[in-house]
Amino acid sequence: MKNLLRYVITRTLLTIPMLFILLTIVFVVVRIMPGDPVSSMLGGHAPQKVIDKKKEELGLNRPLIVQYGSYLLQICRLDLGDSMIFKQKVMDAIGDKLPATIELTFFGMLITLVVGVPLGAYAADKRRSAQDYGIRLYGIVIYCIPVYWLGLMLQMIFGIWLDIFPIAGRTGGHVFASTFEQTGFYVLDTLLMRDFSAFGDVLVHLVLPSVTLGLTLSGIFIRLTRANMLDVLKADYILAAEARGIGHRRVVYKHGLLNAFVPILTMMGLQVALLMAGALLTETTFSWPGIGRLLLERIYQRDYPTIQGVIVIFAIIVALVSLVVDIIYALIDPRVRY
Amino acid sequence: MISRFTRMGVKYGVEWWILVIGAVVILGVIAMALFAGSIAPYDPHDQNTGPQLAPPSSAHLMGTDNLQRDVFSRIIFGARTILGVAILAAIISSLVGISMGLISGYAGGGFDKALSLIIDSVYSFPGLILAITFAAMLGPGIISITFAVAVIYIPTYFRLVRGQTLTIKEELYVEAARAIGAPGRTILWQYIFPNVIATTVVVFTMNVGDAIMIEAALTYLGLGLPPSVVDWGMDLAMGKKFLPSGHWWLITFPGTMISLLALGFTMLGEGLAEILNPRLLER
Repeated sequence: MKNLLRYVITRTLLTIPMLFILLTIVFVVVRIMPGDPVSSMLGGHAPQKVIDKKKEELGLNRPLIVQYGSYLLQICRLDLGDSMIFKQKVMDAIGDKLPATIELTFFGMLITLVVGVPLGAYAADKRRSAQDYGIRLYGIVIYCIPVYWLGLMLQMIFGIWLDIFPIAGRTGGHVFASTFEQTGFYVLDTLLMRDFSAFGDVLVHLVLPSVTLGLTLSGIFIRLTRANMLDVLKADYILAAEARGIGHRRVVYKHGLLNAFVPILTMMGLQVALLMAGALLTETTFSWPGIGRLLLERIYQRDYPTIQGVIVIFAIIVALVSLVVDIIYALIDPRVRY
Repeated sequence: MISRFTRMGVKYGVEWWILVIGAVVILGVIAMALFAGSIAPYDPHDQNTGPQLAPPSSAHLMGTDNLQRDVFSRIIFGARTILGVAILAAIISSLVGISMGLISGYAGGGFDKALSLIIDSVYSFPGLILAITFAAMLGPGIISITFAVAVIYIPTYFRLVRGQTLTIKEELYVEAARAIGAPGRTILWQYIFPNVIATTVVVFTMNVGDAIMIEAALTYLGLGLPPSVVDWGMDLAMGKKFLPSGHWWLITFPGTMISLLALGFTMLGEGLAEILNPRLLER
């Protein structure tokens, strides 16, 4: 237990420099890159006086190092500044949209695991058979299909031709989120309010986006599961289990898969970056009001504080998730702690 | 030639055919890009090739778009943009990443630790979001999109090459070279570099496949290129507007091409990885 605590503390402390570097990169990219935020925001022909005044308002005329310092201080206070376009705190804009993204990624990840892990385990069990090659081929092909195109094709087939699933938004026209919205997680909110028709509507809207996101990542999980299972199935305890006369299926899917699951969990942490990128593209394709779509909308509107704020949030999420995954890994597998 | 071909197939099995299929797809698209002018039936910008939003027919193999342009001709010319950007970006990131990895790994010490920490942090961040930020800050254009795509792969090469440099620099032959008084530069470029370059080939191929999807994603999001450029991702974004009205050909063909080309490079990379690394064949 003492070792675990020590590991958790060291690992948490290691997150700080990583986060610091990411925040610095975000600052550098947004401030020092060519293109002046203020003049592009006011349009190319604004008089110099107006530009200077706006710059002073936003604190952009101060030396870079001072700006950098106040930027870091702001983030420490969990304040991301104000939008340049709307009378709105960046943090509030993100807070509004973040639940939608989390809901989408949660269900996306669920589908990835449900599709990827069993198929990968099955392929490993039937190594070098037609089924194995078929599953691996599916894995490679699905990896190469861009998530946005997969989304568009599913919209075409299931939304337009078969007309089974809606292709945009989180709820239909007859369902008003304001009647149940509390946490922003609509699946949860509708259940809490016992509004089951709205719950059904929310689920139906989740189908295509989360299937799109989930299938895209399933290829990677097939590969990871298969590779880990191949290692596990070579282990002595698998042979021992077989020797004791335990059924083959039980050996593979219980003794094998449970042991292969630990490395798969770590890989899940590494896939967070891909999950975020996939969510952003899925959100734009399905008009899903999450932070990915917020980022793009504000990029088109040149709202620099919000752009910077969203990227900072992405950086924090990535750092936190990898921290949490590593700690869970240490909890499950005592070898990590030493 | 043929017999050698099949002999390779027997020796390496499925992996060899994966490599061959990948190479054929890539060569096909490269040929399309090179001879676009003579293959394409229409000018990709011509806004008067036939009826508006016409479905595929013998006159327009892949139909026409809302501006009466021929989709098939746009697909053929679009191959130039995506191939050009993806390959150039991969070249830039490999050059930068490999040099940085070599120098950092060879130099070692605090410099190496600091640089690795920075690169690892960038590596953990979603590449697409990084590319979006760069593309948005740099503004539209072929050069800025190439740069935006290139940036996100530098860590991949850096990590690979640095790791190998750390191992190779402890080898006996490097020590021998140092003992006979070879300067650091000679050791780096003549003893370490040739041993590192082989493994980067596979990564490079996979990298181009990935860069294709990122390039198309950026242009699909409307961040990469001015409208005067013919590009699959941009055509996909435009086709999206006509999806609710059931104009399937506007999204089907550009998307198929993006996937096919990415698949070609990934298959070539997979095949190369398995064949160059026989240990993996056990799997």
